Amino acid sequence: MTTETGEILRVSDLRTYFPVRSHALIPRVIGQVKAVDGVSFQVGSAETLGLVGESGSGKTTVARSVLMLVRPTSGQIVIDGQEITHLSPKALMPMRRKAQMIFQDPYNALNPRHTVGGIIGAPYRIQGIEPPGGVRAAVQALMERVGLNPEHYNRYPNEFSGGQRQRIGIARAIALRPKLIVCDEPVSALDVSIQAQIINLLRDLQQEFGLSYLFVAHDLAVVRQISHRVAVMYLGHLMEMAPRETIYAAPLHPYTHSLLSAVPIPDPKLQKERSRIMLEGDLPSPINPPSGCVFRTRCFQAQERCSVEVPPLIEVAPGHQVACHFPVATLPAGIETALATLENQPGVPVRRPQPAGDQVSSAQLDRLPADGRPDSTPVRPKVRVGRSR
Amino acid sequence: MTTPDRPAEQPFLEIKDLSVAFPTEDGLVRAVEGVSLSIERGRTLAIVGESGSGKSVTAQAIMGLIDRKVAKVTGEIWLDGQELIGLPANELQALRGGKVAMIFQDPMSSLHPFYRVGDQITEAINAHRSMRAKAARAIALEMLRRVGIPAADRRIDDYPHQLSGGMRQRVMIAMALINAPELLIADEPTTALDVTVQAQILELIASLQGEFGITVIMITHDLGIVADVADDVAVMYGGRIVEVASTGVLYAQPEMPYTLGLLSSIPRMDRELSARLEPIPGNPPSPIQLPPGCVFQPRCTYSDRVAGGTCLNVRPDLLETAPGHLVRCHLPAEERRQISQGVLNVLAGGS
Repeated sequence: MTTETGEILRVSDLRTYFPVRSHALIPRVIGQVKAVDGVSFQVGSAETLGLVGESGSGKTTVARSVLMLVRPTSGQIVIDGQEITHLSPKALMPMRRKAQMIFQDPYNALNPRHTVGGIIGAPYRIQGIEPPGGVRAAVQALMERVGLNPEHYNRYPNEFSGGQRQRIGIARAIALRPKLIVCDEPVSALDVSIQAQIINLLRDLQQEFGLSYLFVAHDLAVVRQISHRVAVMYLGHLMEMAPRETIYAAPLHPYTHSLLSAVPIPDPKLQKERSRIMLEGDLPSPINPPSGCVFRTRCFQAQERCSVEVPPLIEVAPGHQVACHFPVATLPAGIETALATLENQPGVPVRRPQPAGDQVSSAQLDRLPADGRPDSTPVRPKVRVGRSR
Repeated sequence: MTTPDRPAEQPFLEIKDLSVAFPTEDGLVRAVEGVSLSIERGRTLAIVGESGSGKSVTAQAIMGLIDRKVAKVTGEIWLDGQELIGLPANELQALRGGKVAMIFQDPMSSLHPFYRVGDQITEAINAHRSMRAKAARAIALEMLRRVGIPAADRRIDDYPHQLSGGMRQRVMIAMALINAPELLIADEPTTALDVTVQAQILELIASLQGEFGITVIMITHDLGIVADVADDVAVMYGGRIVEVASTGVLYAQPEMPYTLGLLSSIPRMDRELSARLEPIPGNPPSPIQLPPGCVFQPRCTYSDRVAGGTCLNVRPDLLETAPGHLVRCHLPAEERRQISQGVLNVLAGGS
């Protein structure tokens, strides 16, 4: 399925930090949100890399950094052979012909005061390109290609439904025949019956134009449908990256296992029978990420070593990389009982103190130990494995 | 499930022919039309639908949250023998947060940003019974522990912005349960949350329901959540209920083409990967200009199988096709079942 004829995007050791400023009269930088902290991957020609993670995982920051919509703190981004992190905004312009973006919210990504024709034709105007046959003809051809009525050229975005607006956004993105499109949650704002239309459209366009996608989403079923390879992010780090079949059938990282088991399956019989890993607590603060492995505070595999040593992303099989000291191949029945004895409260779960979460005040910052915990709670697995009701 | 014209025994909640319409400058928005439903005590009913299907408005009507000055509400809503429509404001107020409680989709905008979460919960207590501040705080604290807030004795004095999304939703649930409601309406309670947190919240609601014997109406667009939590399902489209069945039946033998379309358009992790998804063509109808016949007809692939353009011109009724299974469709039941099994077989084969 993967056609590895070339490499369109290479991201090496990408770090994007945002400063945290105090609320004093003269604000000073008191910390950093490490939204993306050392992420490397590449996307091949006509390939889709799915990037999944929960909110706060840094997946959207990766997407925006790749197109230099936010300036990375360090690292390299190579698009079609050209390193772009050192380019000025003006020097980035030619790059934008090669790489475009589709945004999550089709309501806010289109200027309400511009006509559809103006919106889809904007890339030609900005780049100073005169398509053969003129802009209007080119735009109408694009509209037809994405399933819009070309006669609606002079209408405004508010006259279209959510799914149609996303089609407008897609037409704009493919106008310049880019090689790479970064899709940031392109279907999550749409109704389920419309999602499938857009996914099919993206897939058709990929085949027709040989597009590469960096497909950022939180919906694992959607990502499975469209991706050739999948990367899983957590708190600014890549946890696991593998071909699609491997990620879904044979994941190794405990976090990937938990994510997959948390997705409800639309089949009452299956859903009630299967057991799932219930992660406890929330994402720790990215200002004060846990020491060692960032996932260890919620991990059922966590051991002493995980709090000391950052697990590197290692290739364990061709194309399958995982960042974990204690990867799990399958969750055997044994693990279920072993974990159940760790936290065997029936009924309403009694929960232990959790990491402070994403709301660390600046005053707390100084008092907190490096791993983001309010007090020195010992590292305990934060999971219960159980049969769902 | 009983149909409204056969009141065998009084169900816990019974909605009869509920309609809600909002007059606007562009015309009358018929958000809900002729919805009839009933739920037995202690069960979970899921109302599934896409945006604009009328599922949230139905919930708001039960809670008496629809402003009668801007909307026309007709029909009957019987809760435990009491008619809710037309109830004076003070009696509704006594019911809300007491016998009936609601959890909203977005916990950030449903909590008051200026007040500590503990104070917001004790306010809910004081609205229904008089109690000393200390005692109310103790109850609030206990409830925060029950819903799994870690270090609840410290968190009780936090402001909403200091909590994560999952924690805020737990606070909302604590607030909803504080007066031991008999009916809990959850309107997309996990849509704003991540999957791992969603799993926590769904488990929490289910375990609390088991413990307190609460009747739950779960409003969602996610067929995975429905499969997880619901006993019965009502599918809504264009302001109408188009299919009602027990959860097992709805997934195994759906009859309404819309339900079938929903089931086949979602990507599924438990099935072999198919090259393409089968989306429902077209877009949902405008609630101002609903099609004259079946509201789903413009997007239905099977409407040409009914002779004489009936689907185009005649509104179908919600009829019983099997005990407890109601369908709103002109196709003959036999043909519906054939179509449905054919589609489901293809889906299961994954080709």
